[in-house]
Amino acid sequence: MTVMSYIQAVTTAIKEEMERDDQVFVLGEDVGKKGGVFKATEGLYDQFGEARVLDTPLAESAIAGVGIGAAMYGKRPIAEMQFADFIMPAVNQIISEAAKIRYRSNNDWTCPITIRAPYGGGIHGALYHSQSIEAIFANQPGLKIVMPSTPYDVKGLLKSSIRDNDPVLFLEHKRAYRLLKENVPEEDYTIPIGEADVKREGSDITVITYGLCVHFALQAAERLEEEGIDAHILDLRTIYPLDQEAIIEAAKKTGKVLLVTEDNKEGSIIGEVAAIIGENCLFDLDAPIKRLAGPDVPSMPYAPTMEKHFMMNPDKIEKAMKELADF
Amino acid sequence: MEEKRHISIGLTDDQVIEMYKTMLLARKIDERMWLLNRAGKIPFVISCQGQEAAQVGAAFALDREKDYVAPYYRDLAVVLAFGMTAQDLMLSGFAKAEDPNSGGRQMPGHFGQKKNRILTGSSPVTTQLPHAVGVALAAKMDNEDFATFVTLGEGSSNQGDFHEGLNFAGVHKLPVITMVENNGYAISVPVEKQLGCEKVSDRAIGYGMPGYTINGNDPLEVYEVVKEARERALRGDGPTLIEAMTHRLTAHSSDDDHKQYRTEEELEQAKKEDSILMFAEYLREANVLTDAKEEEMRKEIDALVNDATDYAENAAYATPESSLLHVYEE
Repeated sequence: MTVMSYIQAVTTAIKEEMERDDQVFVLGEDVGKKGGVFKATEGLYDQFGEARVLDTPLAESAIAGVGIGAAMYGKRPIAEMQFADFIMPAVNQIISEAAKIRYRSNNDWTCPITIRAPYGGGIHGALYHSQSIEAIFANQPGLKIVMPSTPYDVKGLLKSSIRDNDPVLFLEHKRAYRLLKENVPEEDYTIPIGEADVKREGSDITVITYGLCVHFALQAAERLEEEGIDAHILDLRTIYPLDQEAIIEAAKKTGKVLLVTEDNKEGSIIGEVAAIIGENCLFDLDAPIKRLAGPDVPSMPYAPTMEKHFMMNPDKIEKAMKELADF
Repeated sequence: MEEKRHISIGLTDDQVIEMYKTMLLARKIDERMWLLNRAGKIPFVISCQGQEAAQVGAAFALDREKDYVAPYYRDLAVVLAFGMTAQDLMLSGFAKAEDPNSGGRQMPGHFGQKKNRILTGSSPVTTQLPHAVGVALAAKMDNEDFATFVTLGEGSSNQGDFHEGLNFAGVHKLPVITMVENNGYAISVPVEKQLGCEKVSDRAIGYGMPGYTINGNDPLEVYEVVKEARERALRGDGPTLIEAMTHRLTAHSSDDDHKQYRTEEELEQAKKEDSILMFAEYLREANVLTDAKEEEMRKEIDALVNDATDYAENAAYATPESSLLHVYEE
């Protein structure tokens, strides 16, 4: 075991996969000599050389599209989008191409690419360095979307994503990069894509969330424990396709469900989670499903007052959990 | 006696006959598709007619055992030259389960066949260009000695993926050959309303690669230029942009009527420059093609197209439930 930050877990997973499999390579803006603007690929250029840690022109559709071509050939590219906000020029390549290559070729061609992107706010990143973009991609069968919440999960899930024979969008919360640290095994391990994880066992209320919000929900749950409220917390980990079984089980366990996302509320992932619970758990519920999300404004503003108002935090979650417990 | 043109560029009599036969087969398959469409038997057709010379000239200049191709929807003759059969193409036309391109999932013209290194394609145009660049990048990484060939229409040269993909290829000097089949129209919009520059090949300088505008109705000229581009690619000297000037002899697709935006005179002129007629004329003058040989060839092709049509028409559709398969690895 070694103490590792969230971003160190990213780097470690990539490094180990590149050592394990010669077909794995990294491409993106500033990923080479600089080691990435967040340092996610630090040291890889020196270890593996320019051919496998490729600084690309500043053009996101090419980063995705060239990666897709290489993946069809048999490589295992890890394409980095510098910020999730800048993935938009690559949407056509990801949705029209990567997600449909296996299906449209009737299983003849495959596209084993991993596209990594830092998302999320709380870092003074304003409108275009703070967004949660997962909902745009979360109704595209053929694509998988992984959003881990802990360094341990990052290492295991990123390895699974790189080894997966289908395209995976791997979204990393940029504020979690250096905020979250924990013991991570030094040995090789993977975590299956598509499985949610109970991060806290509890019996009074259920919180279902993902990404950095898992961390905030755990903090809120600790405080509420002193007030005698025992929260059950499910971390979705893979947000497309969703682990329906785990969602239903977690909802039924307490009958009171709070869904949390940092994304704008309307059209977010948690709306789909609510639908799954609504379809399957109506008679097990003791309160209406409660959603806590960012406001429906285009994105997170720059000024600290407004940023804080948008951003999720443990206080907001604690308040919502308490209201639900009191229902 | 002056050396025959095809001999001087390294093609044998047998090879030029094979080229002509491939052009003719592509044309006959395409014409049959239109008949089937107008008879209500297949819902859609999109044509190669008028562009066979560019497609066959290029394909024959490539190594058809090794090179990768990322064709666009008009490239029926390219995929034929790369090993797809008349029957495969008819199965695609009829959307039958055995269609190797997609098992009946995609419209005709959306080619793909891994065993022949034909990348699978979609409908949003030019997305295949970065894919070809990615295959070329992989070839360079692995020190493999093959080239990648990608095609598109001149309208598609306005897409961002054209710029992003070619620039990437230029920066990394990748072994990729891009051929724009300029037929003068993006559906109904003529080239002068598509390009801010005079020629698509003018754009090559911006990507640090040579650009050529050539006569796409002459398969020998296309062969020569693509062969040279392939040699450049394999030498490590990087990519090439080729603009082959062609004609589109049909409407954009079976759902379009080009008489709404093209004049009779223009269409007549295009028919006069039909590369199949002109190449046949050259082959006769060169004493490679005789009436008897052509007759025999046409009979053989007719039989092939008839058999392919019958087979595909009688083949089974995919089961309804199979639409649920192959979303992810199973």
